[in-house]
Amino acid sequence: MKGIPTDVIEATILTLELAVVTTGMLVTIALPLAWWLAFPHRWWKSMVNAVISLPLVLPPSVLGYYLLLAFGPTGPGGWIARLWGARTLAFSFHGLVIGSLLYALPFAVQPIQNAFHAMGRHPVESAAVLGASPWRTFYRIAIPMAWRGVVTAIVLSFAHTIGEFGIVLMIGGDIPGQTRVLSVALYDYVESARWHDANMIAGGMVMFSFLTILLLSSLQNRKRRHTS
Amino acid sequence: MRIHRLIILALAITGALISSNRASADPLRLAVAANFIQTAQQLADEFMQRTDLSVTISSGSSGQLATQVREGAPFDIFLSADTQRPEELVSSGLAIASSRFTYAIGQLVLWRPTTGIPPDEQMLRNGQFAHLALCNPATAPYGAAAIETLKAWNLYDQLRPRLVVAQSVSQALELIQSGNAELGFVALAQVSRLKEGKYTVIPESLYSPLRQDAVLLSRAGENIDARQFMTFLHGPQARDMIRRAGYLTPNGEQEAAR
Repeated sequence: MKGIPTDVIEATILTLELAVVTTGMLVTIALPLAWWLAFPHRWWKSMVNAVISLPLVLPPSVLGYYLLLAFGPTGPGGWIARLWGARTLAFSFHGLVIGSLLYALPFAVQPIQNAFHAMGRHPVESAAVLGASPWRTFYRIAIPMAWRGVVTAIVLSFAHTIGEFGIVLMIGGDIPGQTRVLSVALYDYVESARWHDANMIAGGMVMFSFLTILLLSSLQNRKRRHTS
Repeated sequence: MRIHRLIILALAITGALISSNRASADPLRLAVAANFIQTAQQLADEFMQRTDLSVTISSGSSGQLATQVREGAPFDIFLSADTQRPEELVSSGLAIASSRFTYAIGQLVLWRPTTGIPPDEQMLRNGQFAHLALCNPATAPYGAAAIETLKAWNLYDQLRPRLVVAQSVSQALELIQSGNAELGFVALAQVSRLKEGKYTVIPESLYSPLRQDAVLLSRAGENIDARQFMTFLHGPQARDMIRRAGYLTPNGEQEAAR
């Protein structure tokens, strides 16, 4: 498009890429995890739940700090990075994906878990009585019945990954095309007084967030109409 | 009824907290460029011992701090890492012109945390590393000096894909110390006292001098404590501490010329 600098476009594409990859992986992880957490109740499942939910409460700088240590050559991230000949997971797209996964995990797990809870054990037990395998029960009964939770999880994961800032700032290294996502680019533009570009990104973010909330509330309204 | 009581209680507590906060004496607030934070803390400790006043320090890159001052941050004194930002604040009427002076001249070093030979130009040229850390040249003078040095060595284009940019010199050091970047450009004052690692001081001829200016901000124009700190910063003891931390200080002639 005319008038949009290439580095803004680059940051936008990178951000969307990150959000799509993260959301895809999150939903894949969150579906079985939420299912496992939803029933039956065990005290140690509450522990797992609490650990998953930590990013809701922790400042992103705390998460970023630990990730910086974990990604280095002496941490687990360094061992993984050695698989493809790098020495750290920081400053790379892979590193951002891992950071975003951890950060957005509660936003993906909780809505799905709540949906499974709301569904209750009854449909699952009926399916079992009728001879369906647990796996078949999961993807033919549970997931279709919890689809609103799944959609909410997708929207929230996507939105939170787009809006991620603190972690990326600490582990990203601000590399164009690799780790300079929109939120960091906006920060850079404000710092270097590129007000026009900053306004463009900030305005776009406001629009995007507004649409996200609108989408979520319309989903919830439909759900209410459905249940009443 | 219960909810009403809860709300009233919450309001009362908030009010009490705010008023108690207001009542306590305002400390002297310094905004300090990240490279100078450790030295500023030592200076502040010394000053507090002498005067019984309390001093708080906020740090960030010079660009961030200057922006915060423009947005009305309650700082009394700004210790920048450059001369340009204090000058700009003076010309926008946010700082007092007569108070501006160079308190330190920074020295850029190339540092790596491992033992062995100190990192130098040749090591950069050999390129046996994945990431070279420096700070954002747009906001941090040490970042701009690092870029100038790389250009002077004709290495900038070659190493550009390996540069990782931190928001301040403190963060640059953090990226290297955590092992994520192998080496980087930081301030001598940050690493001179570290037991670990090796450094090379970059020749001053390769980059524009890192003259760091201090300025009294306009909101503290009538603040006697703040003026007292500025006087202390001019004094021989402070200059001595600054030099020991790894900075140069302007010689007498330059001082007199201002």
